[in-house]
Amino acid sequence: MSFTLQEVTAFLWKEADLLDRKAHDAWLALWEEKGRYIVPIQPDATDFFNILNFANDDHAMRVMRVNRLRSGEAVSTTPPPRTSRLTASIVIEADDGVTVKARAAQHLYEFHKDRARFYASILEYTLTRSGCGDFRIAQKIVRLLNSDDAIASVGYIL
Amino acid sequence: MTTQNYADLVQADRVHTSLYTCPEIFEVEMRKIFENTWVWVAHESEVPEAGSYKNTFIGKQPVIVVRDRKGEIRVLLNRCRHRCATVCEGKKGKTQSFVCPYHGWAFGLDGSLRSVPYEASYGPEGLDKSKLPLPGLRVESYQGMVFATFRDDLCSLSDWLGPAKKWMDLFMKQGAGFGISVPGEQRFRFPGNWKIQLENTTDAYHFPLVHKSFLTTLDPQALKTFSFMEGDGFVEDLGNGHSVMVMIPELVDLEADLDKIIPDRFRDLADDLRAEGYDDLTVRKIVRAVGGTGFNLNIFPNIACSMAFFRVLRPVSVEETEIHHAVINMKNGPVIANQMRLRLHEYFQGPLGFGTPDDGEAWCRVQAGVHASGKTEEDKWLMVNRGLPIETVGVDGPRSDLTAETGMRAAYRQWQKMMGA
Ligand code: FES
Ligand SMILES: [Fe+2]
Repeated sequence: MSFTLQEVTAFLWKEADLLDRKAHDAWLALWEEKGRYIVPIQPDATDFFNILNFANDDHAMRVMRVNRLRSGEAVSTTPPPRTSRLTASIVIEADDGVTVKARAAQHLYEFHKDRARFYASILEYTLTRSGCGDFRIAQKIVRLLNSDDAIASVGYIL
Repeated sequence: MTTQNYADLVQADRVHTSLYTCPEIFEVEMRKIFENTWVWVAHESEVPEAGSYKNTFIGKQPVIVVRDRKGEIRVLLNRCRHRCATVCEGKKGKTQSFVCPYHGWAFGLDGSLRSVPYEASYGPEGLDKSKLPLPGLRVESYQGMVFATFRDDLCSLSDWLGPAKKWMDLFMKQGAGFGISVPGEQRFRFPGNWKIQLENTTDAYHFPLVHKSFLTTLDPQALKTFSFMEGDGFVEDLGNGHSVMVMIPELVDLEADLDKIIPDRFRDLADDLRAEGYDDLTVRKIVRAVGGTGFNLNIFPNIACSMAFFRVLRPVSVEETEIHHAVINMKNGPVIANQMRLRLHEYFQGPLGFGTPDDGEAWCRVQAGVHASGKTEEDKWLMVNRGLPIETVGVDGPRSDLTAETGMRAAYRQWQKMMGA
């Protein structure tokens, strides 16, 4: 296992753990200010600004999304869904010493009220090194396998 | 059940819970309503060129919406004339013809049967291919919205829409002179009957409560715009099951009072458009268009022009419904303005939006609740009588306050008429 792969794996597992524990402030702190959290609809999408997505969040939208999820004001997330996610098959696509591009598979199980759901995704990350083997997220693309089908509400961060 | 039984399930101020739970009623609805009237199938921009197609449903029947070589939009049953395999798959795409994957019968874009492999088995005369096209439906459109019907003897689409047409005209001002395109949609499902969504389109009553978590995120100006409960809004019955709900009266006609101050959240966009060389009036029109209209138009039975997007509903089964929230752009309009429209749509709409999931949860709760159908006949009804005692004569039909259930009563009156026929 390359050193970069080890570092990225540790980082993605940390993120997954934060999200499953709903440690949203810590999750927000993982981001570059200009980073985008994108959940596309079209499976082959690359130009996320000129097409419709499920989400294409800048920093302000991420903060509002997190606040909405935990506000208790949204009937769809009261009580909040519980999640458990596995991030695996991590591949380093590029690493120029500053920016790392990585891809991973995510299998996420959700339980909400009386119903369990399973979402599989391919995650595509652009990470910037922030010293001491740590990273900041410059872009996270969540490609749900069933993104162009009808899905149910997702009341958490994918 | 007899037709009279169906008609009795709707009264002036209430509807029966079996409308949401009875599988038999659902099957009859598909026949008597969806296969018996004009049903929206596409916006013309979804099938831009010859060979562009979209797969959709009329009730439970799969149909292909396709633009043929002459540029005409056809709606064809997605069913091979041989042994019924679907001849077209995928949500949208482009093709030269429809070739059945089972034995290879090939149909043209206009549905005509072009070739049959190993035709000799049908005897020396062969098949009369002219009698075996993919069956086509009657198609008409208004303002780029394409509707189809199984009925050849039904009134024109124009007559069916009636007063809804002038609201469609107003809605299309979101093209800001560029025209409208529909570049995509979010699709989601909820476990509930289709009429729960139909009701919701003209239900302002739920907004401050269900969408509290969205309202919290707005800036003070936008919050004021969306705090319409105390305003002069209204709901009006437009006949044939259609209705309109006006939430923000000053945003009914997007081209009125264009000299009004541009809201803060559109300031940067306005500046950027000016920098791109658009004159002041055009900038104001575009900015208005990006914000969307101030009303929801509900067109019975399956489409709504909802503030800034098209809401499409598809009944799947008595307790399952699929919804599409189709986004609206200005056709070949300024990129930055269309990007803002896309981001605003993502903000509220769809399964990851700040609004839709809460609507969806409320609808699930209705579907769960209708199963508590009680002991007595009295227990088995839902109330749709808000605004009834204060209803007045509107321009095109009964009108009442913004929180009135006038739109639902309009839809159920049409339901009753069609189901009781
Ligand atoms: S079913 Fe289509 S060719 Fe046989
Ligand atoms: Fe709503």
